[in-house]
Amino acid sequence: MKFPRFVLACTAGLALCAAAAHAQLTVEITGAGANRLPVAIADFAGERIVAQALASVVRADLDRSGLFRLVEAGGVLADTATPPFEDLKTRGADAVAGGSVTTSADGRYETRMRLFDVPKQAALGNPTYLHTGAQLRATGHRIADFIYEKLTGEPGVFSTRIAYVVKSTGRFELKIADADGSNDQAALASREPIISPAWSPDGGKLAYVSFEAKKPVVYVHDLASGRRHVAANFKGSNSAPAWSPDGKQLAVVLTKDGSSQLYVVNADGSGVTRIATSSGIDTEPRWAPDGQFIYFTSDRGGSPQIYRITSSGGNAERVTFEGSYNVTPRLSPDGKSLAFIARNGGRFQLALMDLATKQTQILTDSAKDESPSFAPNGRMILYATEIGGRGVLAAVSSDGRVKQKLSVQAADVREPAWGPLVR
Amino acid sequence: MRAHLISLSALTLLLAACGSQPPAPEQNPAGVESRTPGPVRVATPPVVTKVQPADKFDPGSIAALKDPRSPLSKRSIHFDYDSYVVKDEFQALLTAHGKFLAANPKMKMLIQGNADERGSREYNLALGQKRANAVKKALALLGAKEEQVEAVSLGEEKPACTEPTEECWAKNRRGDMLYSGEF
Repeated sequence: MKFPRFVLACTAGLALCAAAAHAQLTVEITGAGANRLPVAIADFAGERIVAQALASVVRADLDRSGLFRLVEAGGVLADTATPPFEDLKTRGADAVAGGSVTTSADGRYETRMRLFDVPKQAALGNPTYLHTGAQLRATGHRIADFIYEKLTGEPGVFSTRIAYVVKSTGRFELKIADADGSNDQAALASREPIISPAWSPDGGKLAYVSFEAKKPVVYVHDLASGRRHVAANFKGSNSAPAWSPDGKQLAVVLTKDGSSQLYVVNADGSGVTRIATSSGIDTEPRWAPDGQFIYFTSDRGGSPQIYRITSSGGNAERVTFEGSYNVTPRLSPDGKSLAFIARNGGRFQLALMDLATKQTQILTDSAKDESPSFAPNGRMILYATEIGGRGVLAAVSSDGRVKQKLSVQAADVREPAWGPLVR
Repeated sequence: MRAHLISLSALTLLLAACGSQPPAPEQNPAGVESRTPGPVRVATPPVVTKVQPADKFDPGSIAALKDPRSPLSKRSIHFDYDSYVVKDEFQALLTAHGKFLAANPKMKMLIQGNADERGSREYNLALGQKRANAVKKALALLGAKEEQVEAVSLGEEKPACTEPTEECWAKNRRGDMLYSGEF
């Protein structure tokens, strides 16, 4: 049998296997949505170990999203059979999915899946996936994405990746993992700090700040080749890279002319242009998804607040007014809301502002939140926080209801960045 | 791809290892070394006044940079909370370094500004830069040339002290001066 040992070891339960594999992120659900859609994911037909592993990935994804409640499906749903709608209705399922995994002639697997609306007794889709054993988890994520999109109308983000930095004794690693924390790989390891990873819009590159040269320098790292180049290494500090929506430019913070100020460079490091001027600090630039505005943090008004300028320059417009410390602006993918970190009575908390109404909601009850990052469908916000003196990642839905904690044993995790949708 | 990632990681580690030898005075990895020498150095100006009259070393020599009797061996300037003003107690120290740089135009200095851990990493990087810039400006007034001195920030990334206490945060709000060969 060509199937990797990894999957064999996972029969006891994916979560257990994940913890044993190595120091990877484990996800703990700490809060769920109020109205979870009841879904039944039937066991898949086929080679038992493979089929079970696949169904567990799909179930774990849907469960973790906080938007679904898993309902017992009661056995396999054969490829040609009509689902037992009456039975499923009794169990309370609104949708049912099932399918099969078969070995194809070239040794790969063919996975078929069918999704049905139970009350309407209607088919919602029947995708087929051709994949290797190593792509089993990825196939599970794609199936979960299909179900998520059909049932919620929004794209699923189970196939996306996240980047984060793990600090263990004297060692910093920039890691890439699947959105569920599995398959983590180090893109870079260093004895010096690494901060501010930012995904290129196509998901192929990461820009980040590394201190390996005894000062902050901005690099662009190609993930497929492992090659990287310096994007900004001017006299002074170079930091806070943010990609333009077309992926051609980076907004960066440089101190070559004195204090921390905003500049734009081409992604290859050429053509530096200053885009804003203040006598104090301007930092943490972020392009709005439509490319019109650049949001940033500035102390030009006496305390750190969020401002925006049009990307062609012009006058800065203040965005946050409440409180004396509002930093780290991050636009939602639809450009309609702004996540940021607000200080409230000494606690640093994740806040979300509706840009049209300026209404702001605090989404967390923790005290050391940092570095928010939207899922590419805008549903969840991943951020760094501290629990028991240790850095962990947490995620919260933009309505504040769904909550997850992602942690690595015996290490600090920080600086999360959620990658773009992969198509 | 995996092979690429691993070899690059190994290379980076190797580079990092080479780059950090010999260890510069203020470059100890966070949380490894107890930082008791820090406050002691700052709190003992009498040593400076006592030693100088003896004058058994050339205060302008490069050897003086590492001689514990020389003010030049002291490299840290501490700042108050939310402040970027060099306090009077550090003026004598900065004067010694400014004169040394003016007398040794080939010597280069890297000033690393630092901030305490509260709040955003990137904003703290900018605060550390303000401290490094303040030190650089003071040295320039004393005769150090623009091309001799580079002011950079390590933000909250290289704390001298890792306890969440005011005493500890105070140790992290500092500017460190490193000379050629130390960075």
